[in-house]
Amino acid sequence: MQFVKPDVNVNFIGKRKIAFIVSAVMITISIASLILHGGPRLGIDFQGGTLIQVKFAAPVEIDAIKSGLREIDLAKSSVQEFGDQGTNEYLIRTDGSVMTTEGFTTDLQKALASATGSELEMRRVEMVGPQVGQDLREKALFAMFFALLFITIYISGRFELKWMISGIMAAALIGAVYIFTLLNVSIPWLIIGALIVTLVLFWFLELKYAMGAIVALVHDVVITVGLFSIFDKEFTLAIIAALLTIIGYSLNDTIIVFDRIRENLRKYHKNPLEVILNRSINETLSRTLLTSLTTLFVIVTLFVMGGGIIHDFAFALIVGVAVGTYSSVFVASPILLAWQSKQRKK
Amino acid sequence: MKNFSWKLALVFVVLVTAIIYILPSLKPNLWPHKQINLGLDLQGGMHLVLEVDTEKALESTIERISQEIREQLKRERIRHVAIDRVDGVKISIQIKEEDSNAKVQALLDDEFRDLRELSNRTVAGVKTILMDIPDSDRDQIERLAVDQALETIRNRIDQFGVSEPDIRRQGVNRILIQLPGIKDTQRAKDLIGKTALLEFKLVDDTQSLDSALKGSVPPGREILYQVDEDPETQRTTKQPFLLKKRTLLTGAYLTDARVQIDNQFNEPYVSINFDKKGARIFERVTGENVNKRLAIVLDNSVYSAPVIQEKIAGGQARITGRFTTEEARDLAIVLRAGALPAPVNVLEERTVGPSLGADSISKGLISMCIGGLLVVVFMVLYYKTAGLIADLALILNILLIGAGLAGFQATLTLPGIAGIILTIGMAVDANVIIFERIREEIALGRTPRASIDAGYDRATLTILDANVTTLIAAVVLFQFGTGPVKGFAVTLSLGVIASMFTALILSRIIFDYILMNRKVKTLSI
Repeated sequence: MQFVKPDVNVNFIGKRKIAFIVSAVMITISIASLILHGGPRLGIDFQGGTLIQVKFAAPVEIDAIKSGLREIDLAKSSVQEFGDQGTNEYLIRTDGSVMTTEGFTTDLQKALASATGSELEMRRVEMVGPQVGQDLREKALFAMFFALLFITIYISGRFELKWMISGIMAAALIGAVYIFTLLNVSIPWLIIGALIVTLVLFWFLELKYAMGAIVALVHDVVITVGLFSIFDKEFTLAIIAALLTIIGYSLNDTIIVFDRIRENLRKYHKNPLEVILNRSINETLSRTLLTSLTTLFVIVTLFVMGGGIIHDFAFALIVGVAVGTYSSVFVASPILLAWQSKQRKK
Repeated sequence: MKNFSWKLALVFVVLVTAIIYILPSLKPNLWPHKQINLGLDLQGGMHLVLEVDTEKALESTIERISQEIREQLKRERIRHVAIDRVDGVKISIQIKEEDSNAKVQALLDDEFRDLRELSNRTVAGVKTILMDIPDSDRDQIERLAVDQALETIRNRIDQFGVSEPDIRRQGVNRILIQLPGIKDTQRAKDLIGKTALLEFKLVDDTQSLDSALKGSVPPGREILYQVDEDPETQRTTKQPFLLKKRTLLTGAYLTDARVQIDNQFNEPYVSINFDKKGARIFERVTGENVNKRLAIVLDNSVYSAPVIQEKIAGGQARITGRFTTEEARDLAIVLRAGALPAPVNVLEERTVGPSLGADSISKGLISMCIGGLLVVVFMVLYYKTAGLIADLALILNILLIGAGLAGFQATLTLPGIAGIILTIGMAVDANVIIFERIREEIALGRTPRASIDAGYDRATLTILDANVTTLIAAVVLFQFGTGPVKGFAVTLSLGVIASMFTALILSRIIFDYILMNRKVKTLSI
């Protein structure tokens, strides 16, 4: 069986303007949604708060649950159905960290049982204090930052065989971050700042492949985060794990195309770059699609059958894999052409 | 040929090792090796992060020092106006300048050399000396408080009976506690979080309780309550007591605490034994205060306040209060394990009920099987025989991840299962890269042998490059992640490494074997 015939020759590069518009629109929508929602919606992991998952023996009304909560001074909490239909499971969320009082869970159980008239089981209780929430937030952002840093160094070293330059890159990046911390900027801005420094350095040091790879992965992460914001889904620790996996996956895809480009550049060095890029993308197209397909098989299964806790995690991965596949074809490679127009101008 | 047998031996060794490690997880007690650890989110349990309120430890140290100073001055008959703890962690000593200035100064220089003088003012003939503890001593006290809290909590949990608890220090003043499989989480939390400061204080019956309740508490006195819950109506009643602030005896002198059943009312109570020094103090206190009431105070609530009938020798006392057997048992545990040096606050709590954990496992496994099956079937349809080889590699891959988890004693979490599922999808990637290469080479008209050689040669570097980036992401996640996320990082890294091994070495051997045994004209790929 073969989905993609060996002699396939789609002019991907020729469509780069359309792709550019599509990507720009998606990123604009993502950022607009983030701004409208006032940043990503943070789960209790990063914001602090209490989350309780309860399972009732019989169907109950949400209003009954709420009246039970009012009795123990939790009127401000939100109640929402959770997991598959008909399992009578609900998530209760409150902003404050109320758990510390003695006997809290017992009181809650009693109040809910008497208000709804149904037996219930407390399946999960998560309380994160505001301090821990802040710690976790910083940790997560640092994780993203370091992943970016190491990957940048690896790609610029490995792909251009310029380990020296990649060393300089790393030093410059760390220096820039150090200056940012001296200026006391908040961590999200620190990461954005570091990113801009990275891209500017790539541009002037002519680290084309690294630039392509990083732009593609930022593209993927921004769109995934944007979709989360549009669907009003929560950011939790697991979602950060998903984002880092998407980074890994997006690069994986990009690198395989880039590897072929390097190989073809040696083989057909007389051809114009555009032709070589197109040829490389087409040659690896079969693999790109197949791997995305098998990966999507399993994560869609996970999305459908994995249960409520893993639902959003699987959703993030589905988006990431889909966008990552698109970006390795339509975003990463066309970036390599950017230097060509720069050189022509000279 | 030599190369081939070397690889074969390697695969054989890896396979056998993997089976040795994974068997105990499939069939317990078959092998002396350990099973795969399940995370709290899969087996149920409680994860707690506590913060030791070291500021309070400092305050109680200061309180103790001021009491010592007070007693010393009293003993040496030095007149003073007042000695108080102010601003939380400072001591202020007020004296009438002319008569006792020199004596107080000499005492401070002599006995309390560790204190640091902050200021020294004289207003209207009264001299006020303000002192505190120097920073290095302060750090020492705080560190000790956390150490002691850790030790005490470990003791309590050991006596409560939890299998394989994980209790460790986190950062400067935090304690991380993981209690797998625990069912009564509320009870465990109450047991861990209780300061359990046992104090004996005298009830002051000479002054009016009513006027104190209205707001005019006499100096050196305090109001504490006894809270009772009627077991039938569940109504709570609060009874106030006017107590002398001074603590006569604390739980620090306890040697034992046990649950006993009262013969008369058939109610459980906790009997406590003091050590020699404690027994002496108790004897003296009861002797000096016959016919007064002695309140037994635990964490600032009164448990009982019996009238002292006679001098009590022997160092035994009992704590009554309408306990259930369980409450009495827990109280005995915390008293035996000792008081926390400072109160603890719960900063983070995550509990998962056992049924949810079981649900997560079954849902995870079902997703894994179905997703895996889809991939396996797809690979056979798409690549025929070669697809079968990839499938074999895939199955071995899962086996290797399992063995890795057991071997490194890593913890499998729900995101970890997701990681395995994700690796199933991505693991075939290495094979896909190779197979696509081989197909390309065949399309160029090469022989099967040459195509396979070229396919592997060219794909190897690509596969290494592509996987290193995923590995970088996984390693960073492992460094920064906690609990479940760490589990994900572990399975993802194991999966990446295993898939490189199976694709580059195992499936290659199978291809070589096929090429060697028959004179193959066409490849089924």
